[in-house]
Amino acid sequence: MRRWVSGLLLLCAILPALAGGRLARADEIDDAIAGFAGNFAEVEQAIGALAATDDAVAPKILEALADGRLRIGPDHSLYIEDAKGALVEARTGAAADPPGKLKPVKVNNRVRRAVEAAMGQLTLLSPDPGQRMNAADTLFRSPDPGRLPALEQALAEETDARVKALLEQARAAILLMVPETPDADKIAAVETLAARGDQAARVLLGTAAEKSSGEIAAAANAALKSIDRELAFWSGVQSVYYGLSLGSVLLLAAIGLAITFGVMGVINMAHGEMVMLGAYTTFVVQDLIRNAAPGLFDYSLLIALPLAFLVAGAAGVAIERGIIRFLYGRPLETLLATFGLSLVLQQAVRSVFGPSNREVGNPSWMSGAVDVGGLVLTYNRLWIIVFSMMVFALLILLLRKTALGLQMRAVTQNRRMAASMGIRTDAVDSLTFGLGSGVAGVAGVALSQIENVSPNLGQSYIIDSFMVVVFGGVGNLWGTLVGAVSLGIANKLLEPVAGAVLGKIAVLILLVLFIQRRPRGLFPIKGRAVET
Amino acid sequence: MNKFKSRTALSGALALAIMGFGATGALAEETIKVGILHSLSGTMAISETTLKDVMLMLIDEQNKKGGLLGKKLEAVVVDPASDWPLFAEKAKQLLEVDKVAAVFGCWTSVSRKSVLPVFEQNNGILFYPVQYEGEESSRNVFYTGAAPNQQAIPAVDYLMNEEGVERWVLEGTDYVYPRTTNKILEAYLKAKGVAAEDIMINYTPFGFSDWQTEVAAIKKFGSAGKKTAVVSTINGDANVPFYKELGNQGIKATDIPVVAFSVGEEELAGLDTAPLVGHLAAWNYFMSADTPENAEFIAKWHAFIKNEKRVTNDPMEAHYIGFNMWVKAVEAAGTTETDAVIDSMVGVAVPNLSGGYSAMLPNHHITKPVLIGEIQGDGQFNTVWETSGLVPGDEWSDYLEGSKDLISDWRAPLSCGNFNAATGKCMGTVTQ
Repeated sequence: MRRWVSGLLLLCAILPALAGGRLARADEIDDAIAGFAGNFAEVEQAIGALAATDDAVAPKILEALADGRLRIGPDHSLYIEDAKGALVEARTGAAADPPGKLKPVKVNNRVRRAVEAAMGQLTLLSPDPGQRMNAADTLFRSPDPGRLPALEQALAEETDARVKALLEQARAAILLMVPETPDADKIAAVETLAARGDQAARVLLGTAAEKSSGEIAAAANAALKSIDRELAFWSGVQSVYYGLSLGSVLLLAAIGLAITFGVMGVINMAHGEMVMLGAYTTFVVQDLIRNAAPGLFDYSLLIALPLAFLVAGAAGVAIERGIIRFLYGRPLETLLATFGLSLVLQQAVRSVFGPSNREVGNPSWMSGAVDVGGLVLTYNRLWIIVFSMMVFALLILLLRKTALGLQMRAVTQNRRMAASMGIRTDAVDSLTFGLGSGVAGVAGVALSQIENVSPNLGQSYIIDSFMVVVFGGVGNLWGTLVGAVSLGIANKLLEPVAGAVLGKIAVLILLVLFIQRRPRGLFPIKGRAVET
Repeated sequence: MNKFKSRTALSGALALAIMGFGATGALAEETIKVGILHSLSGTMAISETTLKDVMLMLIDEQNKKGGLLGKKLEAVVVDPASDWPLFAEKAKQLLEVDKVAAVFGCWTSVSRKSVLPVFEQNNGILFYPVQYEGEESSRNVFYTGAAPNQQAIPAVDYLMNEEGVERWVLEGTDYVYPRTTNKILEAYLKAKGVAAEDIMINYTPFGFSDWQTEVAAIKKFGSAGKKTAVVSTINGDANVPFYKELGNQGIKATDIPVVAFSVGEEELAGLDTAPLVGHLAAWNYFMSADTPENAEFIAKWHAFIKNEKRVTNDPMEAHYIGFNMWVKAVEAAGTTETDAVIDSMVGVAVPNLSGGYSAMLPNHHITKPVLIGEIQGDGQFNTVWETSGLVPGDEWSDYLEGSKDLISDWRAPLSCGNFNAATGKCMGTVTQ
């Protein structure tokens, strides 16, 4: 009795699924499914055949295939593993009891592309606008004249404006391909594509301009010209944006140094290792979150920020108290001692965490990209720009508006005068150094999102950081900002022209020449403080 | 009865103690020393530390089997600290002071070039386990990694035939391996009828991390209407930010696949591979190889390193093959004397981990299967294509002017690393 009831329930569960599509002849589907046992070419054919049946099971099987959840038994029957790891028979959707050992159906890019194309056909009328959007996009990228009737039908039924626009572009792409299209329609298609205005549209218009003549070719050529102008504009904007992004990374790396080296005058070669400590703090925080509370993962960076500041700051205070305070006024010894310290710290991290890279994940709000006009802005870079500006603003506020900031400036400008006003100069020294190191640690949290978290992380930034501080003018935070951004932009403007290697060399040479002319950098500090 | 028992036990223990003493005495006097020349600090430590560990494991294994020629093996580990001149110094120390029978070491081509004269002058033996650019053959070096024809060329063939790629981006780090490999690939592609405007070559510095411009350029190059692929010889740390940028800018493997020659399981261990699924790598071994030898190797590795999560990779397999070949050659020669071992190396065949036998060729390169794998969500590779048989390593590329006439044969009558078949002359000890 019980079994009977559950069988009935199962049937009820399957029926609506079957009712979704046209009921294909069962042997068509069986034939298609048999193809999944073959090599990649046969699997590709099977995908096409399965999609052509238009049966409701087709998208389910294809989706499972793309996700790597499709299994094949020794008797060539297919099974789908669902998210919980339970197996169901692909053909019927019934709970399965496979006769032998199952093997996953192997997928390569060719198969994946075939699945995408097939899904494009099958999901053109899907109730989910996201799926329809994907389907329309697939159709645009691989226009197939045979799909025109289905496309027209979808276009007539479409309500979402964005999907509709994409469908019209796909239709235009197909119309341009077919020689029999009336001229008026072709010109309309050229206009639709011209409005899209990206590289893909440019390719389609380019072939159209070559193949046709007269009015259509003229329209296509005019569209090409306007697209080229637009693309050139966007590529310029893109270079500047990339430069800004590189500049923000440089600023983050250098801003802690702008305090320890710029304000205090300590040549701290272990600055990069403070950045590394911050990055490893992020790794430890994420590791704990992954094991203890996976739900908090998106907040891992926010949790890591104060911790990284404390860890690196404490390390900084310890370094100042333990080493640097004995070496004030002896820059060469400071340089050697901190360089040695940086090696010690690197090897210590290598011993504790191992020499290989550690995985620091991107939280969901830092993954992916957004299209703005012809630009692709990746979220992680965008956030880093915002973050570096925030860190900069906070530091300026701290130095200008707080008592600690006032004392710091007082001590660095005239130590003896400050001491006689009752400021505990050595406490201020270690706090300043701790602040600079802590800011470096915070930078490490941000850099862990775009860089390898390895013991060498700091090393790759130390030279760039010094370059930025010296270029901007030692002791001037605004100079560091301008220096970082202009070095970043100069680098990214040169890169497409000269290549990454030559571009970097060119920037270095320009910098050397500049320092020859203005040894104190962009914004030198004037007055007596400099001489002491 | 009882008394008797205790007396035998006592004498037995005494005998054991003496034997044990004798054994340790023998250990101190007669061991065969094996040098391990891998960076344990500095930038290359990330890749090379693992190779040091796998060598210690192999030596340990061999000692458990009773050692070699009745003697125990003793590992001499030195740390050249990713510093190329230091490689030469440490190699000299291994050969002259420690008098090791063979050295297993180096990763980058520049470190190999730096130790090469040391090995030739002191007549040592070096096993080099990493895939490299070819154009070299030394009597004192055994190349157990892939030559370009065992990795780069089959990978390009796969993309051309299986994926229908017509436009090529050759993206590399700026040093000798990518530059030479790309030169060979460019010549090969042009020989296959690819037009010059369909090839884009770009180099970036070591440890490059800001890939925005490069990835945008690849995207633009790839949207010209022809199927495009990236052949990546990007080295080491620069790979992680490169793949992250690809993922973030939304370049999927189905649009523009990237085939990499320096990215293995170890490099992917520091990366979330979900956005990379479908990108490719060409190697001669993948950890996912489904053979009993491989399962045994992985089990031993996990037991030795005491960490179930550690992965295995291609250069580790190369050391596995190289070490076993050396053991066989020493057994055949009956001595660890360099010249005798070099002579008996050629022709030695040992099982590799992907289910075949690799043999040492007269040019001191070995035969290997070539596998193309796709990156999976779990950081492993899924083999999507492999050569039907083993491919013999070809040291002098057939696609470069000046090297296509050269052959290398270190067997007795010829004994030359760069014999010019066109002029019939041996060029001598020019190893560049």
